[in-house]
Amino acid sequence: MSINIKDVQHIAHLARIELTPEEETKFEKELSAILGFVEKLNEVDTENVQPLTGGTLLENVMRKDEQIDNDLQGKEAALLDAAPEKERGYVRVKAVFE
Amino acid sequence: MKLNELTITEAAEGIRKKNFTVTELVLDCLRAIKEKNSELHAYLEVFDDALDEAKKADEILGAANHEERIKLPPLFGIPLAIKDNILIEGKRCTAGSKILENYVANYNATVIRKLKKQGAIFLGKANLDEFAMGSSTENSAYVSTKNPNDISRIPGGSSGGSAAAVAANLCVAALGSDTGGSIRQPASFCGIVGLKPTYGAVSRHGLIAMASSLDQIGPLAKSVEDAAILFDAIKGKDDFDSTAVKDNYKLPTINYKLNGVRVGIPKEYFGKGLESEVKRVIENAVGKMEQAGAIIKEISLPHSEYALPTYYIVVPSEVSANLARFDGIRYGVSAVTSHQLSISNLYDVYAKSRAFGFGAEVKRRIMLGTYTLSAGYYDAYYVKAQKVRRLIRQDFEHALDAVDIIAGPTTPTPAFHLGERADDPLQMYLADIYTVAVNLAGVPAISIPAGCVEREGKKLPVGLQFIGKWFEEEKLLGIAKETEKIIKLH
Repeated sequence: MSINIKDVQHIAHLARIELTPEEETKFEKELSAILGFVEKLNEVDTENVQPLTGGTLLENVMRKDEQIDNDLQGKEAALLDAAPEKERGYVRVKAVFE
Repeated sequence: MKLNELTITEAAEGIRKKNFTVTELVLDCLRAIKEKNSELHAYLEVFDDALDEAKKADEILGAANHEERIKLPPLFGIPLAIKDNILIEGKRCTAGSKILENYVANYNATVIRKLKKQGAIFLGKANLDEFAMGSSTENSAYVSTKNPNDISRIPGGSSGGSAAAVAANLCVAALGSDTGGSIRQPASFCGIVGLKPTYGAVSRHGLIAMASSLDQIGPLAKSVEDAAILFDAIKGKDDFDSTAVKDNYKLPTINYKLNGVRVGIPKEYFGKGLESEVKRVIENAVGKMEQAGAIIKEISLPHSEYALPTYYIVVPSEVSANLARFDGIRYGVSAVTSHQLSISNLYDVYAKSRAFGFGAEVKRRIMLGTYTLSAGYYDAYYVKAQKVRRLIRQDFEHALDAVDIIAGPTTPTPAFHLGERADDPLQMYLADIYTVAVNLAGVPAISIPAGCVEREGKKLPVGLQFIGKWFEEEKLLGIAKETEKIIKLH
């Protein structure tokens, strides 16, 4: 299946990556080629096959509902320090609603 | 012999017998780095505190008597290279990406905490393809690593820096990560040993995630025994990674007899695409195993040809979700603080930070994954791939019921030239054709040097891949160690 430039622009919007016009053209070609390649999977009969949704067959891994030592404890200041903009102990962001 | 050329086993013995100090060992590594790293670019950063750590280790050794020295952990004083997608507290961690150029880790990965507890010494951070996405280390945002066997060729990837550092003796051993072959493939191209443990054997806490249902940390080393020592040090259950489940491993078996071992040769791994000289090296190695008493059987992994297309749906899908965290808000490079980029709203912060910070392959995979997970395409691509993934896993279940181990080439060709495949993503993906199925199934696999082929007057290593049963690393390493011995004998 091939995709067009409009699809590329839509995907880039969903992925929150601003593309240059050159990148849009390049990705149109490359993504179409890769999608063509993976189409090979349609040859496989997967009727009655359950999807394997992870790397393990385990479903739930339980632990006691107790506080465990976290290796980030006491490092709040350092974590905040990594943010580009902060104010009074908070990460500062642009307005969510305009 | 220079000390940096030693294996872990040899170095550990030398330290305990006081043949040399940890400081001397680290100094030899640093000298080799100084001499060769400007050409090979195996390291992105070399730590300036490695010598201090070595001195501390020597103080402990100086105060210990013979019995106490013997009892020290196996990695005490051993200088290691760490792939730069694994966090070491207080050190930069770039993941080979511009978006994390100035990011400093706030905590230690579980594997690092375990290695520190043993007294291992970290020399520096090894180069990689950006966010471990690639097969040549050319996707690093900083520099391309060269193959020590021929510097006009790539070292493989994504753990190309770790593999080159081990092969060129710029460290004693290294850690890498393997999502579709990223430890085994560079180990094969550089002529060293690389182990991808079973999914769930080693905690990924503190590993910058690429595709979480496949990622696994593992060792790159000069011998199978060294890989076993490192694996033993980093494995085990962890509260911070709920997929790391196994805790009751025995120590890897040291003496394993090849006599009577059933070796499965998947016919699908010897077909079209495999270079004839590589094939000859692998058949030769398998022949030696047979002479040593192994029982060679042809087997089939019928869904092999679907592994790569499955991988290139599953991985980008998980990548698009995992890399959503790089948003220009909490850490990393941000459009907010860049003077080159003008932003007017929150959307711009996301879209421009990511446009600026990510390289071409990362963007390509995020875009592809966003598409395969999007409404209307999810079932056709993502769910379909997960179904085929189950069939691939079942192939291994059936095959490994009848044999002890599966053997084949790690890669279809030896290391290729820099730039040779850089412009064609699909060509690049083919370098992982024999390694990706292992990650999709979650089984452990190891690549060991099997011999060389000659190209343009240079000897290029060929890797033999062994694939074992889930959580049976002991057997896998035991068989690999015996095979390594008989290959070296000839």
